[in-house]
Amino acid sequence: MSRDVKASDQQPSPPPVDAAVAKQQAMRLLKAWETPKGWRYWSAVNNTEVGLWYTICAFTFFLFGGCLALLMRVQLAFPDSSFLSADQYNQVFTMHGSVMMFLFAVPILEAISILLIPQMMGARDLPFPRLSAYGFWCFLIGGVFVCGSLFFGAAPRGGWFMYPPMTTQYQDGVGADIWLLGLSFIEIASIAAAIELIVGVLKCRPPGMRLNLIPLYAWYILVVAAMILFAFPPLIAGDLLMELERALDWPFFDPGRGGDPIYWQHLFWIFGHPEVYIVFLPSIALVAMIVPTFAKMPMVGYTWVVLAAVGTGFLSFGLWVHHMFTTGLPAISLGIFSAASEAVAIPTGIQLFCFMATLLVGRATRSASMLFVLGGLATFILGGLTGVMVAIAPFDDQAHDTYFIVGHLHYVLIGGTIFPIIAGVYYFYPLVSGKMLSERLGTISFWTMLVGFHVTFFPMHLAGLWGMPRRIYLYPEDLGVEGVNLISTVGAFVLAAGLLVFLWDVIRPKGRSEKADRNPWNAGTLEWIGEAASKPWGIRSIPIIRSRYPLWDQPNLMRDVDEGRYYLPDAEEGFRETLVTSAVDAVPLQCLRVPGPTFLTLWAAVFTGGVFIFGTYHWYWAAGSCGLLAAATIVGWLWTGTASVPALERKDVGLGVELPTYVSGPGSVGWWAMMIAMIGDLTAYVSLVFGYFFYWTVHEEFPPQGIRGPGLAAPLAGLAATALSWGLLVAARSLQRRQRGTAFYACASASTLLALCAALLFVAGPWRYDMDPTAHVYPAIVWVLVLWTALHLVVGILMQLYCVARRLAGKMTPQFDADVVNVTLYWHFLLLMSLMTALTVSLFPLVS
Amino acid sequence: MKQPRLPERPHGDHLGWLAVSPLVWAAHLLISYCAVAIYCAKYAPPDGEVTEVRWAVLVLTVLALAVIGWVARLGYVRHRSGQGIAPHDHDTEEDRHRFFGLATFFLSLLSGVATLFTALVFFMMETCH
Repeated sequence: MSRDVKASDQQPSPPPVDAAVAKQQAMRLLKAWETPKGWRYWSAVNNTEVGLWYTICAFTFFLFGGCLALLMRVQLAFPDSSFLSADQYNQVFTMHGSVMMFLFAVPILEAISILLIPQMMGARDLPFPRLSAYGFWCFLIGGVFVCGSLFFGAAPRGGWFMYPPMTTQYQDGVGADIWLLGLSFIEIASIAAAIELIVGVLKCRPPGMRLNLIPLYAWYILVVAAMILFAFPPLIAGDLLMELERALDWPFFDPGRGGDPIYWQHLFWIFGHPEVYIVFLPSIALVAMIVPTFAKMPMVGYTWVVLAAVGTGFLSFGLWVHHMFTTGLPAISLGIFSAASEAVAIPTGIQLFCFMATLLVGRATRSASMLFVLGGLATFILGGLTGVMVAIAPFDDQAHDTYFIVGHLHYVLIGGTIFPIIAGVYYFYPLVSGKMLSERLGTISFWTMLVGFHVTFFPMHLAGLWGMPRRIYLYPEDLGVEGVNLISTVGAFVLAAGLLVFLWDVIRPKGRSEKADRNPWNAGTLEWIGEAASKPWGIRSIPIIRSRYPLWDQPNLMRDVDEGRYYLPDAEEGFRETLVTSAVDAVPLQCLRVPGPTFLTLWAAVFTGGVFIFGTYHWYWAAGSCGLLAAATIVGWLWTGTASVPALERKDVGLGVELPTYVSGPGSVGWWAMMIAMIGDLTAYVSLVFGYFFYWTVHEEFPPQGIRGPGLAAPLAGLAATALSWGLLVAARSLQRRQRGTAFYACASASTLLALCAALLFVAGPWRYDMDPTAHVYPAIVWVLVLWTALHLVVGILMQLYCVARRLAGKMTPQFDADVVNVTLYWHFLLLMSLMTALTVSLFPLVS
Repeated sequence: MKQPRLPERPHGDHLGWLAVSPLVWAAHLLISYCAVAIYCAKYAPPDGEVTEVRWAVLVLTVLALAVIGWVARLGYVRHRSGQGIAPHDHDTEEDRHRFFGLATFFLSLLSGVATLFTALVFFMMETCH
């Protein structure tokens, strides 16, 4: 390949390590990162295990969702079919959409990223391996719970977007509750993964890998993880409101009592549209890794691709109303979102042009992986073009809720997501398993799937244009869509056959001959430096990176890494360690000790699941007990696995660099995790506040006459108490640093008491004025805001008590104070939340 | 032509610079949408004319484009600083600085176009309906 020679390429190798010493180091390292054996295997938290479990689970759910699709196609093959009843069909299509979006499309990106990001970053693991494991177990339990409902005829029936009032007033049974609570539970896993991946990409890169050198996959994942953080919380807020309406009759979406179903649609699609890009971008990120390898040259227009990833991430949040074009919103509002929907085609197109340019400029080689890439991109472009059509409001008026939309969305999702993911499996399989997939089977699978796909979904556009609505289980013989439906059904089975060929290729026994070489594609990115299959340590020593394609540009890199010439080649103390570096320039900052195997995460997920699952059946005592057990388990996990006072304050990590083993404040990964989690939490809260102002907008008078508000005194006193509590906590943090233990305990105790008063005061407002949340949406939304704030105050109290206990136990010292620093960060957000609650519920009515 | 000067402290880059122009676009979109939604729901005359909102959006658009233009220029100057040329893939602070500049510039262009797309709606439509 032709590459400019840069001054940095001429850097000398680090000095060699004595072979006997290196061997001892490797043994210690392997011991520290050893995967547990026997039944303890399931206590593993390493990214190589958790990522693999996650991937297998997500694919299993994908196959389940695919089977549901085939059931639908059998039902629709002929007019007036009786293969499925109306109720069964409703459950099947709802579960198909929900499974594919919530149990496959999003989790698979998290799975692949958990598996691969540390390899790409030259990190030993992600910074919070136990969080990844907890997320995985939540995903598995929630997924089995939601899917299992179908076998008892109790599955949700409201479509994957669960529009009220159908789901609040016209559907008995627990189906909708299973959807709301089961999927909210799974969303925890998504947010956990988002935190893990953002911190992983920004803080766990190898030294020298500045932001202009990181793999494009990491850029995409950074964008997507940030999108998850802003997209999922509005849905969680919506789920909360709908469950409150279903369980307690609080009328958020009931127009008869001031509610409005359109509010749900806003919340759902503020999540739902970015969701499309949340599943598309990581898949296209795989393409951005595959294309340069097979073109044998660096990506053309790296910065343009970064622009496309970041730009698409932002613009995708300005499109949600295009799913609501037919709801009667003012036409000028529709115009705004129609324009934004057209604008998003620009960055999407840019990245595709970059891929094509790379393939044209380079010398592309043929492979099954590239076939899936090219087939996927061509299919996605077709789906994108119909997307431009439906983004135009007058056309959407005609096509809305017809099979044209079904055709469009499958072109986008299968072309933009499934095909690239399969390309990624063919590409990365050797890295994970040490074996090659068959090019021959891959080619057969590709052509079968491509033909099957287009035969299935192209006719759906015609069916839609000829008047066939979606989500119907029967159509009459004289509608004129029998032929295209039969063709679609035949195509679906061809597509499934292609998928089976792929599946067989993945699971079939592979002989010795198919053992993969190391870096079999001659790729340039860092993940291929590992042995095939990767060792549990991830990388033998953490190198200095000087290029976007280090395996192409840095001579002897593989040898130097293997010989342990770089950072952290050893595990002298038997700890699992990785490097933390600065966010922009990847300057080494800390030798991070990551926790090892534990069953605590599994139990925490089981108990958390209990809260949601028992809550679904209104078994509130059981749910509450599970909540307490979950809280106790999580505290145990934090107590034993985080912010431990180190025996060794600084450590020589190799090459003459000495780093601290404990960092608190903005330099620490824990602080970043808290910050990111709270941004997500605040987004959910803002979605609720948006509800208050939404109701104000749609009502002539809001608050309505004749319904009392929470008054001024209690909410404002609650705010004052929160502010005082916050001030005392900040003082306590400072006192603890100055070794004034007694004053610390006094301030922390006073802060805790004031926080309790604040929570009671917030609740006292609507309580004192007998605001009945079932009477009208106004008291209901006020109650939600004050309860949300009060609940956060209670969590804040628990956090303060945790800090006091840590200090009493000697686990938090003036020097090692990450606990109280992170808790203070939580309280900054809590103060902001209290301010917004108090101003909204008490002062806004005076000026509205 | 005068050679753009390399800043003395190129390491002052912050990831947040990339987000400034897209955030301005987002603020412009949200404010325009909320303004017109509230106006149409609560204050619009029977014929649905939105003249006041259109003027307000015009002013907002000028402001937004001014900020985006300023950020774009800043990005462009950073991209052109020193002797470096794209793709800015050297492992130096200077190239990282230039890369940030170029990415900021590109994102500003995209944000400017998207902002104009929103503004065009108010140029072409005179009423709520």
